[in-house]
Amino acid sequence: MDVIKTIESQYLKNEVPAFNVGDTVKVHVKVVEGKRERIQIFEGIVIKKQNGGIGETFTVRKLSYGVGVERTFPVHSPRIDRIEVAKQGKVRRAKLYYLRDRVGKAAKIKEKRTERKAK
Amino acid sequence: MKKAIIGTKLGMTQVFNEDGTMVPVTVIKAGPCSVVQVKTVENDGYEAVQLAYEDKKKNVNKPQKGHYDKAGVEPKRIIKEAKFEDASEYNLGDEVKVGIFETGDKVDITGTSKGKGFQGAIKRHGFGRGPMSHGSKYHRGAGAMSAAATPARVRKGKKLPGQMGNVRSTVQNLEVIRVDEEMNVMLVKGAVPGSRGSVVMIRQTVK
Repeated sequence: MDVIKTIESQYLKNEVPAFNVGDTVKVHVKVVEGKRERIQIFEGIVIKKQNGGIGETFTVRKLSYGVGVERTFPVHSPRIDRIEVAKQGKVRRAKLYYLRDRVGKAAKIKEKRTERKAK
Repeated sequence: MKKAIIGTKLGMTQVFNEDGTMVPVTVIKAGPCSVVQVKTVENDGYEAVQLAYEDKKKNVNKPQKGHYDKAGVEPKRIIKEAKFEDASEYNLGDEVKVGIFETGDKVDITGTSKGKGFQGAIKRHGFGRGPMSHGSKYHRGAGAMSAAATPARVRKGKKLPGQMGNVRSTVQNLEVIRVDEEMNVMLVKGAVPGSRGSVVMIRQTVK
């Protein structure tokens, strides 16, 4: 098993931003168009995170022209340039599948307010 | 030069390739192996190379020791033969390492599949089953045996329940994703017969 761990570690990213289920993230994805490579941003709510190590993935859900779109990315994929956390969400479960049945205001997630120290 | 090596299956994982797609891979510790006998048409009637893998410290009897002494190598645990058209390219005592394979090569891998025990026709041969309800009393049977009065017997080779798995099996045309000469490890795309720790034979593909 040791050998497998060393091989996997060579493919892991050194720094992965900390984000949780419920957060609104901007995923910068590298897209190849013909010969050119450009970066596309996929912004939405993280509805699940699963597995660990090299196989760790997360799913981002967004509404595109009124249609729900979900995309699953491997966390350590070299196709992901970076992940930006736009908003932290306050949620009470690990998998937000209930968002699929909701539209509009019902599909909103409360923002998590980080406590600020009094100046 | 045809290539072959003996290895141990370590397990499976996933890696990313150059264009960023994820590939399922089997990690195999391969070699180093030693050539302990070169078979020729004049001597043995066919051309082959006998490869030996993994040192054996205990219980080496004298005939075995003599065989390894001839090649000038330490006694080994596993011996396997690789049939080549021209085996004379190999010499006695040669060391075979993973380095003979490189990324992008296609290989055939032979091993002993995982034993599944005595299994019915549905699992073993992919038969369909009968209805589970509505008065049906025929659930997971093997079906009809054949016609009746002629031939009045069950033909040989009829697919029936029996031992499944634990047989030699080969997976052809697997792609080598990476070779690590330092760790003596190679990554092969896809699954390979056998459980973790089982011995496999890796050969250049026949296809």
